[in-house]
Amino acid sequence: MATNTIDSSSGYRVIGTRPIRPDGVDKVTGRAKYGADYALPGMLHGKVLRSPHAHARIKAIRFERALKLPGVKAVVTGKDLPEGENKSVPLGEMSVNPRYLGHNILARDKALYQGHAVAAVAAVGLHIAEQALELIEIEYELLPPVMTVDEAMANSAPILDPELRNEEQGDEPTNIAKHTQLKRGETEAGFKSAQTVVEREFRTAMVHQGYIEPHNALATYGSDGRATIYCSTQGPFEVRGMSAAVLGVPVGSIKVVPAEIGGGFGGKTTVYLEPLALLLAMKTGRPVKMVMTRAEVLRASGPTSGSHIKVKMGCARDGKITAACVWLAYEAGAFPGSPVAAAAMTVLAPYAIPNVLIDAYDVVVNRPKTAAYRAPGATNAAFAAETVIDELAERCGIDPLEMRILNGAREGTPHPAGPPYRRIGFIETCEAIKNSPHYRSELNGANRGRGVASGFWFNAGMQSAAMVNIHADGTASVVTGSPDIGGSRASCAMIAAEVLGLEAEEVRPVVTDTDAIGHTDVTGGSRVTFATGMAVFQAAEDAMRQLKERAAKLWECKPEEVEFRAGKFFAKGNPDAPITIKELAKRLPRTGGPVSGRATVNARGVGPAFATTCIDVEVDLDTGKVEILRCTVAQDAGRAIHPAYVEGQMQGGTAQGIGWALNEEYVYDAQGRMLNAGLLDYRMPTCPDLPMIETIIVEVPNPGHPLGVRGVGEVSIVPPPAAVANAIYRAVGVRLTELPMSPPRVLKAILTHSGQPSATAWS
Amino acid sequence: MKHLITLRVNRQTYELALAANKTLLEVLREDLELSGTKHGCELGECGACTVLIDGNPFLSCLTLPIELQGKEITTVEGVAADAEPHALQTAFAELGASQCGYCTPGMMLAAKALLERNPRPNREEIKDALAGNICRCTGYLKIIEAVELAARRISEPPA
Repeated sequence: MATNTIDSSSGYRVIGTRPIRPDGVDKVTGRAKYGADYALPGMLHGKVLRSPHAHARIKAIRFERALKLPGVKAVVTGKDLPEGENKSVPLGEMSVNPRYLGHNILARDKALYQGHAVAAVAAVGLHIAEQALELIEIEYELLPPVMTVDEAMANSAPILDPELRNEEQGDEPTNIAKHTQLKRGETEAGFKSAQTVVEREFRTAMVHQGYIEPHNALATYGSDGRATIYCSTQGPFEVRGMSAAVLGVPVGSIKVVPAEIGGGFGGKTTVYLEPLALLLAMKTGRPVKMVMTRAEVLRASGPTSGSHIKVKMGCARDGKITAACVWLAYEAGAFPGSPVAAAAMTVLAPYAIPNVLIDAYDVVVNRPKTAAYRAPGATNAAFAAETVIDELAERCGIDPLEMRILNGAREGTPHPAGPPYRRIGFIETCEAIKNSPHYRSELNGANRGRGVASGFWFNAGMQSAAMVNIHADGTASVVTGSPDIGGSRASCAMIAAEVLGLEAEEVRPVVTDTDAIGHTDVTGGSRVTFATGMAVFQAAEDAMRQLKERAAKLWECKPEEVEFRAGKFFAKGNPDAPITIKELAKRLPRTGGPVSGRATVNARGVGPAFATTCIDVEVDLDTGKVEILRCTVAQDAGRAIHPAYVEGQMQGGTAQGIGWALNEEYVYDAQGRMLNAGLLDYRMPTCPDLPMIETIIVEVPNPGHPLGVRGVGEVSIVPPPAAVANAIYRAVGVRLTELPMSPPRVLKAILTHSGQPSATAWS
Repeated sequence: MKHLITLRVNRQTYELALAANKTLLEVLREDLELSGTKHGCELGECGACTVLIDGNPFLSCLTLPIELQGKEITTVEGVAADAEPHALQTAFAELGASQCGYCTPGMMLAAKALLERNPRPNREEIKDALAGNICRCTGYLKIIEAVELAARRISEPPA
């Protein structure tokens, strides 16, 4: 069995068990309804015309011929959208600028990446809409594309947005949207006291979340000005807010109904088709459905940043790290907003380093606007920092896990960008790997090596609402506004069941629309089981309080005299037999009516997550192909509500991290055209590519949550690229500094290292 | 121009008037309202739209119904025998092999084809059989474990 749980002496009845997931049956029978499965009578089909150019001025758009095609009902362009306010508004994990958001939905005077939406059509059939796109004529003036952060930051770089300014460059046009600096201590002095200093430079490619379900939206609009959007999203309230901002309509006029979601990983926290479908519905008065093709998903949704990173780190003779400098430049895509600030705050977060200087640059380039991807920003940066730490450990002759334990952050260690940590479990994840059968096993064979690396993610709190309704038969429903992307329906149901003395199967979790529940922030930041779970816990306690009042009414005693133990209500000195929730539920109508518990939170007490991963590889010296032989990940879950789904998150994140490490990358030609916009060429791991990913759930309860929950969705993606790089080094003696570590790159590195000329033309 | 086509889907016969270029995926989802079959790429790259044709896995996005007259098509909606779930369905639900669930219908049908020709596959055989179906959520371990569990239950039904 590939599974272990450490320190799970919880004393809970439901929490920590593995009931069948409430959505399991729907998903194995085909009954689960995803966004593209919705259809309405009279529905039109919408399609988007996208720029074939990476950087071009739009001089004219002529669509009269398209409008005349029989069956075409509307054509819209950027002129149909109001100009949004040019200021940053925090929304979910990332902030949003309404102007940039609107310009990404439909280009205005410039197309800023290949795939940028320029016009959209609604027609009575999908194929008619596609035909209509061919009849739209666009006059472009081609501009030189700016594809990398290095090109974009160069002095003579072509400028994407002539209005873009940053605080440091005054009124000078720039592609650098923002420079953030984090500083603690004196790095110069720190390096002076170091005995060993390692300085390395890294580059990582743009990668996509790779959810299998393409983006979709179905919008309706009534003559009363009320709109409904059905779509697969991680954030129905974000879709509502963003669509309202893009279209200039009141937030309250839109209802968003979240469908089942076929993967998101951060990529479905923003809008692409939703405002367009609604705009077309407003124009035509008919429901409009839009679904992206796979090429559109890759070219025009939000992948995560490629990056250029420099790390300098020094340590004393005993291995204690004395200073670290990190320089990070991240591709934001066509509009500002890469996760580089998060990268800056995560890159050294697992360690107690007295002297730190981190510079982070958010840089616009002619690529799709990036979106969140599982621990946004952290993986690129960890690839760099965790490789340098490995090299320091090696130079000092220290085991890489001992190096991490020696320098690891503990309770009281100040976070590089914030206050001291409360109780955290970083050291415990290192110890778990150190004591694992995997790390204790011998790895034999030529060209094989073992690497470890660690990762940090903040986790998020933010706003959530929940209702817990007691049914007439004593079962319950738990209603939230958090779309379930990783098992949160199960965890919410289990939390309510724990409080109410029910079985998990007796609580039905419901994810409802934006009109039916209080504002709930995005499913992201590993926040749902933490924050929505907190709201569910409080709503269940609220329901329990009301139930006790009802029992008190029956027994003519005070509510505080009623106790709930082992599934039964008692009252001190009451001669009547104790009653179960099922018996009490029958008496609710005569004791005051239905019981419905409610709670809303803006959750504080977030507990950060750490993971440490150990990977064995074998490198093929002839081809450069890296095979993953074995992989174990240890992660601090705080409290694992449903351990099977915690393992699922750990395995899924690790699998994505391995794909990022070995194969995945956006490949562009010199004109900025993506060359691999399909799943054969954008190579995600398939079943034979991966080992059985072993998991160790570490439970160091989060003191900021009533059940100790931290959140488990993201951090496991962070360590794998560095762990693979460190394993490759142990296997063949070569340090890889670029992602992905695909066969051509690995082969080139091996040949260069051995003094042979590179046989490939790979640059 | 439309063609009159007779299709057998999930043990039912349908008579349909279809454009010759309409894919099986489109016909299943739009004409027969069997939306359990998913579209992921419509290029034969992801495996989400896998269905069985006479027991063998096919990508419905690359298959034209006009070629399928007289053949038996099985989609996820037809995996269960009446009200009784298939062992694969139970095992996928129990072990968390279905996370977001989008690849699940295709994955289960590929696994069903495997178990019908090889009731006790080893891990390598399972990996081979599922190599054309991409799952982005699970890292595949729980899927492989679910196929193994279903194989055990089919081969050794409880007494």
